[in-house]
Amino acid sequence: MKIEIGEVEHVAHLARLKLSEAEKELFTVQLNAILDYMEKLNELDTSAIEPTFHAVSHRNTMREDEVREAYSQEASLENAPDRAKGCFRVPKII
Amino acid sequence: MAGERLYRLTIHELHERLSRGEVSSQEITEILLKRISEVDPQIKAYLMVAEQEAMKGAHEAAHRIAAGKISPLTGVPLAIKDNMCTQGIKATCASKILEDFVSPYDATVVKNIKEEGGILLGKTNMDEFAMGSSTENSRFTITRNPWNLDTIPGGSSGGSAAAVAADECIASIGSDTGGSIRQPAACCGVVGMKPTYGRISRYGLVAFASSLDQIGPITKDVEDCAILLNVIAGHDPLDSTSANLPTPDYRKALVKDVRGWVLGIPKEFFVEGMDPEVEERVWEGIRVLEDLGAVVKEISLPHTGYAVATYYIICPAEASSNLARYDGVKYGFRAAKSKDLMEMYLETRFEGFGAEVKRRIMLGTYVLSSGYYDAYYRKASQVRTLIKGDFEEALQGCDVIITPTSPTPAFHLGEKVQDPLQMYLSDIFTISMNLAGVPAISIPCGFSSGGLPIGLQIIGRPFEEERIIQVAYTFEQNTDHHTKRPQLT
Repeated sequence: MKIEIGEVEHVAHLARLKLSEAEKELFTVQLNAILDYMEKLNELDTSAIEPTFHAVSHRNTMREDEVREAYSQEASLENAPDRAKGCFRVPKII
Repeated sequence: MAGERLYRLTIHELHERLSRGEVSSQEITEILLKRISEVDPQIKAYLMVAEQEAMKGAHEAAHRIAAGKISPLTGVPLAIKDNMCTQGIKATCASKILEDFVSPYDATVVKNIKEEGGILLGKTNMDEFAMGSSTENSRFTITRNPWNLDTIPGGSSGGSAAAVAADECIASIGSDTGGSIRQPAACCGVVGMKPTYGRISRYGLVAFASSLDQIGPITKDVEDCAILLNVIAGHDPLDSTSANLPTPDYRKALVKDVRGWVLGIPKEFFVEGMDPEVEERVWEGIRVLEDLGAVVKEISLPHTGYAVATYYIICPAEASSNLARYDGVKYGFRAAKSKDLMEMYLETRFEGFGAEVKRRIMLGTYVLSSGYYDAYYRKASQVRTLIKGDFEEALQGCDVIITPTSPTPAFHLGEKVQDPLQMYLSDIFTISMNLAGVPAISIPCGFSSGGLPIGLQIIGRPFEEERIIQVAYTFEQNTDHHTKRPQLT
């Protein structure tokens, strides 16, 4: 077992995911099977290999700091689940 | 033209008729809307049919045509995968968490299509957030394969591929993170291309795994693929990862000639476990090209066996980061009556995401978490270098690489739902191209004895889509697989 149910709970909290008891048990089994399969990668010695994070090499793409078309406050709030006084409204934080 | 089934037309065939005034853009749009109402109750390719917008687009296209301003896509009705923004219309990603999300703007791809007079018919079904290989992970409905209603259409762009195969649109747009255009194209017997990473703007495509995602066309033939690519390819200042390179006219690659071209056949793709009929059809396809003068060469992509493990670390890692934005604050679903912010996050994501999305967020968060980053994420990123290197080396010695698109024809609905690892392994022939960023196309190359389509995949060097189009076109013009259509009652 690579990952126990307690660790599944910890990871779920890091990801801000609530899981049902059934999901916790199922994911513990399934994640173990998947992580076991990932073991394959340890057959390869990659100590001298640079990682690839992007298939096409990129440098930072800069642009001029100029005024462009932007969305209005109204348009930006249109999909908000809750709003007040031109802001997104959320339940209490502390 | 009485009794003709105009919904069967390709883009280029429809364009001819629109140019000659034999059919109007309104007529073809009405014909397709009627076709959708007749066959979609059994296929369920669409999540939403945009009737009003489609007719509005058809009227605008008619004005253009009347003014003599027709371009190859003017008046052509198309379907768009529901993970792309379409102004004023929902983009749900087949997820409860975006169920009511209305796009504030058009994705660049959609904008380009509209500027050419293309008509948006509706939004197609998909696996939730494009995570899946069968479209069964949609929160809203399953889509059926038009060739056999008991089988999957492939995924994640299953709705887009099924809509083309069932003649519910002239062509469609999908997205491909690990095979999500090519595998459904193979399952549904149509043409699907994942262009080079960076060839097409991802602006307005809902992010899944940003270093792997790419938009591409799903069409009835290779000529249509070139036409649609001409419209959607190119640099976009709104996507900093889109390549600032000139875009060729892909129709110039519609040449029937592969004489002397070297076809690399990677031995790692013809291994035990593959469906024997898939192997046979693909080899028959390779022989067709050989008979036309191409040269077959065995090559090796030695790290192929590590691609699935690499992909299912990198892809969930990027997905878990990208999907952190669904927090119930700015847009999308929010769980009701939470006592504080933390409870709102937890409940919103608990109710809003389906099982596969949660599984990938969990996997991604785990491989990026403190203590595991080096063992999983960094390790996979190093193996990605090796996989990319395999393609660079192999493509120095051949013009294109040919493989099967998928190890089996479409499997049965429900067959792999309970076993995520088996589902992941169905992507075995398509994911390494996303890791390497190279372009690849799937074209129909025949059928199984059970009457299910089989796809042949052609892979090329980065930004050399023309080569794979030329090989695909030569094959297609010398075979008749692409002319076959499923019988729908």
